[in-house]
Amino acid sequence: MSRTNRETFLRDLTPEIEKTGRSWYVVFALLLLVFIAGICGLIHQVDKGHIVTGMRDNVVWGVYIVNFIFFMGLSYAGALVSGTLHLFKTSWRAPVIRLAELITVISLAIGPFFIFFCVGRLERIPYILAFPRIQSPIVWDVIAIMTDVFGAAIFLFVSFIEDFAILRDAENLQIAPWKKKMFRILSLGYTGTPKQKKILTFSRNVMAAMIIAIAIIVYSVLAWIFGVTLQPGWHSTIFGPYFVIAAVFSGVGLLIILMAIFRKIYHLEKYITLKHFVNLGIVLFVIAAFFGYFTFSDYLTKWYGSVKMDKILIDKLFTEFRTYFIFANYIGILTPIIIIAIPRLRTIRNITIAAVIALLALWVNRYIIIVPTLETPFLPIQDTRHDWLFYSPTWVEWSLTAAGVAVFGMLFMIISKLAPIVSISELEEADEKLVNEPMKTRES
Amino acid sequence: MEKKVNDSSSRRKFIRRFGLGLGSVAVAGSAAVAAGSSGSGSGETVMLLSADGRLVEVDRASIRIAKAETREQRKKSHMGIPSRKFVMVIDLAKCKNARKCVDACQEGHMLPRDHEWIKIQLLQDSGMTGKYWFPKPCYHCDSPLCVSVCPVGATYKRDDGIVLVDNKRCIGCKFCMTACPYSARVFNWKDPEVDLPKDHVYDPELNVPPVEGTVGKCVFCADRLRNNELPRCVKACPMGVIYFGDLNEDAVTNGAETLRFSSLMVDRFGYRYMEELGTMPSVYYLPPVNRMYPVEIGFEDLDESVSDRYKPRETKKTAKTKK
Repeated sequence: MSRTNRETFLRDLTPEIEKTGRSWYVVFALLLLVFIAGICGLIHQVDKGHIVTGMRDNVVWGVYIVNFIFFMGLSYAGALVSGTLHLFKTSWRAPVIRLAELITVISLAIGPFFIFFCVGRLERIPYILAFPRIQSPIVWDVIAIMTDVFGAAIFLFVSFIEDFAILRDAENLQIAPWKKKMFRILSLGYTGTPKQKKILTFSRNVMAAMIIAIAIIVYSVLAWIFGVTLQPGWHSTIFGPYFVIAAVFSGVGLLIILMAIFRKIYHLEKYITLKHFVNLGIVLFVIAAFFGYFTFSDYLTKWYGSVKMDKILIDKLFTEFRTYFIFANYIGILTPIIIIAIPRLRTIRNITIAAVIALLALWVNRYIIIVPTLETPFLPIQDTRHDWLFYSPTWVEWSLTAAGVAVFGMLFMIISKLAPIVSISELEEADEKLVNEPMKTRES
Repeated sequence: MEKKVNDSSSRRKFIRRFGLGLGSVAVAGSAAVAAGSSGSGSGETVMLLSADGRLVEVDRASIRIAKAETREQRKKSHMGIPSRKFVMVIDLAKCKNARKCVDACQEGHMLPRDHEWIKIQLLQDSGMTGKYWFPKPCYHCDSPLCVSVCPVGATYKRDDGIVLVDNKRCIGCKFCMTACPYSARVFNWKDPEVDLPKDHVYDPELNVPPVEGTVGKCVFCADRLRNNELPRCVKACPMGVIYFGDLNEDAVTNGAETLRFSSLMVDRFGYRYMEELGTMPSVYYLPPVNRMYPVEIGFEDLDESVSDRYKPRETKKTAKTKK
């Protein structure tokens, strides 16, 4: 039973690692161009100084920090979705779990670069490791993120071992010899003996539990970078959990989008079905509700009490930033809720659209957390220069933002050519469960 | 004695050549002695403390100030001036926005024109109350958030109360700027391009030159305090608005008059700006009552770019069309 299944899985999932079509190269080249444009922006910035960005003395953090938080948030897809789905042994997780884990590792690898872009003296970054001061939330962050990157990478690798072994043993796989060699090395001699299986299962369970914990710590610490300051709008006790929820929201959103993309391009219709979209859609629904609740709670208390600085901030959000506010905190939250809540609307296309809107809205939500607060310091800004009063990102910042997205796409494209984007071992396990379960009920 | 100095300096060169950051080996501080060279002494001797802690007597004519090194200056700047706790008092009743403090500060610290370590704001506490000029240096808080959040220890609090920034350590993350509730810090967004004197040695107490990609702020003129001189802004103010002094001595002076700090605070109802934030500033204000000048006098003889700052805040839309 399992043998024939494996052949089907291999036949369905491996063509993408055997040959590469022209369109792949075209898309890759386009992304590479975007990436190169970003590099040009970075060189320009290093050469001329941060004056080429839109940041000035009041708004000292801009799109870079927004991107940083955003990318770190995306990494939650892996932590929460694959971690919890794994721990709770959810039966439908098999085809999507690998995608979620990849999102985690790739976004974790990209996120910190935005901090580097934001730092005035790039060459002094090693000072954080050379002269760290543990009082600083940035140092907490460095420790937490490094732990998270390693943890997520180990979790990803451990979940890959079985697949590498399967690919190594697949005889009629038409792949380059170096790929075969890579599978042989990376499978670490795994042959599926009961002892090996036990060790692997144990490590995966431990890592799944650990990355959930680490991810919560990472994002709380990230929120505290803002929470520990006295700035109106940031100095909030709710920020830790609020950021965690926001991160899960964006992670699930991105997972749904990538599911839709890979389903279509790599012809995975058989594996990634409406059921997966609906199930993750429901996760998105629940998270959106929580996220909306946290957002409402945060702004309600600020607005109702109307402390002077909070009032100025809220007024700014409701006037200058009105469009952003409506998109981020009404449309972005209500769209997924409405689409999922009405069963008739639950199509793959609709759920994907909801996820896209949720993702974009979350980026804007981060933006209106960072920028308006910095535009409303305790002492009024007394300046005549427009760009010192109001922040607007420059092409340098946008080019680097686009480069970040491009690198994300490129890394995903490369990995999808090295190993199947859907975990074969997970599919097998899910299959075995289907076969075994009726027997179990018969026994009892 | 001379031999010893030579020895240690050659050793220092050796260590530097091999890039071993072992800290300063030889003469720390700024004054070193090259004694007893030839017979042309003045005949007048002075007592000095040598590097190894012995009191030595040398001829005055043979004293030269040794060129201090950056590393030593940076190290020295971490040590406060012993048994001092500096405090500033700003008398808002006297300020008329003459901006001499701003100029003196910018000149002394080689700042670009748009970099102000001391800003003068026009404040109004609420709609019905009067406006007043409000000079705002760094408050050198006793509970400084900027120091807490710095990830690399580039900004630090000394035991004499002064908060400094070492721009050779600063990585430019700008966290201190978001943490400071008083917007006291400025960032060097581009290369300030200053012409330094040839033998200039970087010292965080003066914090010259400003370095691109790092943070700068008021340093209470720690370099001048070392020489028992008043900060530049205090000296420059024609109105005697700014008093500076020592909390331990319980005295502040604006150069013209010296007052008892504690009774000044009680009699004139001194206060600290936004006491409720708990940052415990070292800068106190005297309320703008019984003013010597009407507030409008501050608009006289101002550059348009400066006077425009104090106009009512524009909204984003109008500012854009103007641009």
